[in-house]
Amino acid sequence: MSTTTAPADSDLVRPAEVEEVELYHAKSFITKYIFSQDAKVIAIQYSVTATAIGFVGLVLSWLMRLQLGFPDFFSFIDATDYYQFITLHGMIMVIYLLTALFLGGFGNYLIPLMIGARDMVFPYVNMLSYWIYLLAVLVLLASFFVPGGPTGAGWTLYPPQAILSGTPGSEGGIILMLVSLALFIIGFTMGGLNYVVTVLQARTRGMTLMRMPLSIWGIFVATVLALLAFPALFVGAVMMTFDSLLGTSFFMPVIVEFNEQLEYGGGSPILFQHLFWFFGHPEVYIVALPAFGIVSDLISVHSRRHIFGYRMMVWALVGIGALSFVVWAHHMYVSGMNPWFGFFFATTTLIIAVPTALKVYNWTLTLWKGNIRLTIPMLFSLAFIVTFVNGGITGLFLGNVAVDVPLSDTMFVVAHFHMVMGVAPLLVVFGAIYHWFPLVTGRMFHQGMAQFHFWVTFIGAYLIFLPLHYLGFLGVPRRYFEMGDTSFIPESAATLNSFVTIVALIVGFAQLVFIYNLARSTTKGKISERNPWQATTLEWQTPQVPPGHGNFGAELPVVYRWAYEYGLPGARDDFVPQNTPPDQVMADGGGEVEPSPQPAE
Amino acid sequence: MKLFRMLSVKPWTAEGVLENPDDEVAYNLPAEKVGLRIFLVVATMIFSLIAAVYLARMSLGDWRPLSDPWLLWPNTALLIASSAALQWAIISLRRGDKAGLKFGLVAGGVLAWAFLAGQLLAWQQLTSLGYFADMNPSNAFFYLITGLHGVHLLGGLVAWGRTMGKFRRGQDIAQLRLSVELCTAYWHYLLVVWLIMFSLMLLT
Repeated sequence: MSTTTAPADSDLVRPAEVEEVELYHAKSFITKYIFSQDAKVIAIQYSVTATAIGFVGLVLSWLMRLQLGFPDFFSFIDATDYYQFITLHGMIMVIYLLTALFLGGFGNYLIPLMIGARDMVFPYVNMLSYWIYLLAVLVLLASFFVPGGPTGAGWTLYPPQAILSGTPGSEGGIILMLVSLALFIIGFTMGGLNYVVTVLQARTRGMTLMRMPLSIWGIFVATVLALLAFPALFVGAVMMTFDSLLGTSFFMPVIVEFNEQLEYGGGSPILFQHLFWFFGHPEVYIVALPAFGIVSDLISVHSRRHIFGYRMMVWALVGIGALSFVVWAHHMYVSGMNPWFGFFFATTTLIIAVPTALKVYNWTLTLWKGNIRLTIPMLFSLAFIVTFVNGGITGLFLGNVAVDVPLSDTMFVVAHFHMVMGVAPLLVVFGAIYHWFPLVTGRMFHQGMAQFHFWVTFIGAYLIFLPLHYLGFLGVPRRYFEMGDTSFIPESAATLNSFVTIVALIVGFAQLVFIYNLARSTTKGKISERNPWQATTLEWQTPQVPPGHGNFGAELPVVYRWAYEYGLPGARDDFVPQNTPPDQVMADGGGEVEPSPQPAE
Repeated sequence: MKLFRMLSVKPWTAEGVLENPDDEVAYNLPAEKVGLRIFLVVATMIFSLIAAVYLARMSLGDWRPLSDPWLLWPNTALLIASSAALQWAIISLRRGDKAGLKFGLVAGGVLAWAFLAGQLLAWQQLTSLGYFADMNPSNAFFYLITGLHGVHLLGGLVAWGRTMGKFRRGQDIAQLRLSVELCTAYWHYLLVVWLIMFSLMLLT
């Protein structure tokens, strides 16, 4: 690929050829804000819906914690409710909140703006994607109102128990759950095709793949993973629907229930586990990779330094994505397997630590000698690095078969995955929302409330989940409604559980402050200056803030450099936007531009 | 490999605009064709996962092979003919032969509908003989595979309907080209999927 170091005479740079794009133009309020085909509106629709359902998930976690912290105190929570709360909390947070928010929300908003496109390539399909997602959410919520309530099978929905009468929600809840998942996957596939094809085909002039901001790389690789992994969940969900409705035995073994042999027989529950985790493990990275990408950009912008080892960051994203498809059975060590399989999956699992550690080093080295600005997004990014390392290290414990088997059914696992794929990505979500809030609304959020939100969330998350590691070591089981008489667990475990519950409630309420801050600042916040963080990426260089329909003015921007040109010696500003022509970079208006010092790699 | 070459560029070494604008798109194709290819990858994941589960489930003790209904053979012939008709449409379109295009499009769609009707008849044949989905896993897989394949074809028929609409409105033959090419590619893909799944069910 040949590039020219653009000469001072910018006549040689060809004018941006603006292709005649058939842009969709909204004609009424309804087509502009409700059935909109504008990726920015769809992004906000996705984000608001995901946040709303996320709050349902949050309330469910409060109810669970109330039961765990003060068993026998709340008469309105019985074992059936508890299992329903667990199941819905997990499913909502992983799929309907995080996946939808990162890919549907941030993906839709950032991809066209950051790569210099006017919109997604298939706007109509993009709109359908959101409405099918909304339908999936509504079907999920509907399961609260059917006889028997929502399913209580656990978020992994393991057969045979998921569809047997002993499990809460086996009447209708499980069917609605499976239908909702299938709808989600269909909706996601429509969106995902858009994200991938837009990144591949609709980049503006000069925006080569390796000039894309890492946010886009993260979202792109995560979308590819999701397109390849969700089919496994889809197939599993369809087959389980068959088992449940038609009485087939894909996954159902011979079962005697209340002394009566059921019609089922011969199927293999382990088959479902393979399908589920072939989706389920990549799902971890579908949530983590966009967080990795976005946090790279936040760290670079708010420490005024180019990202360290850009190429390695991209390769690590791709490498983690590829590896995530060969580790799934490490979720199944306790299901029993050939020791050689266990050995294989333990090895691949531990190998993932290499590219992830590489990313952590690169974030740290980006900060090194940077001009760190402790803005709210930066605080969240720093908190993410720490939390991700903590959560990742317990993953090294659990990746080993011999350590996993005794710990698998304890709170240790709960603590591990909440740290690594709950708290860590959410910290990035918060940082990213604060970072892009001035772009989306044109206004600044309230600093004091944001500080409050950060410190309570960050410290609170540790007060909640560090004790859970310890409880896990004590042998406190997960998934249990109450511990009962368990002589090997000391009294103090119950006290610790009550403490965790109280902190969880406080952290939960801090999220209300966050929502209030956003809602209030959208209309009453201080008008933000343009590009308040002095970022180089294209989304901040639009003619209007917030970006108007079509994102850019009459001409699409032309990209001349990568997204990380900070602190260029002799330059007019300490940052050079990607679309600043080379002859306007230097303070004296001179044209000769030295390429930036080459980062050590 | 162009993608690998792209991924090894050091973006910080050079400023400026690319000499070759082709490098800005990953594939030198219309977005719709790239989109279809990616969708076909997703569909391939679905069908190969089903095939994998099929083989795994087959090895468990209770598997009794299904005697496949004879109707599947004429149905297969219909699907092959449908694919061929759409190919004919493309060839006519390239020649600028509007009558041939019309014939190919209409025949392709009608034959695909006939295939779907034939599949439904095959289901009826099976159920009337008492082969329900819950009798044996091989029956369950038969309904699952034919059902999912049929749903994919139905989706294709929606696209076919839109293409027919464009044709009826008398759109320029060049503008139709992309739609017809997309339909044909999808039809060929579903034919290959069907042949593989059909042989899987025949051979086991």
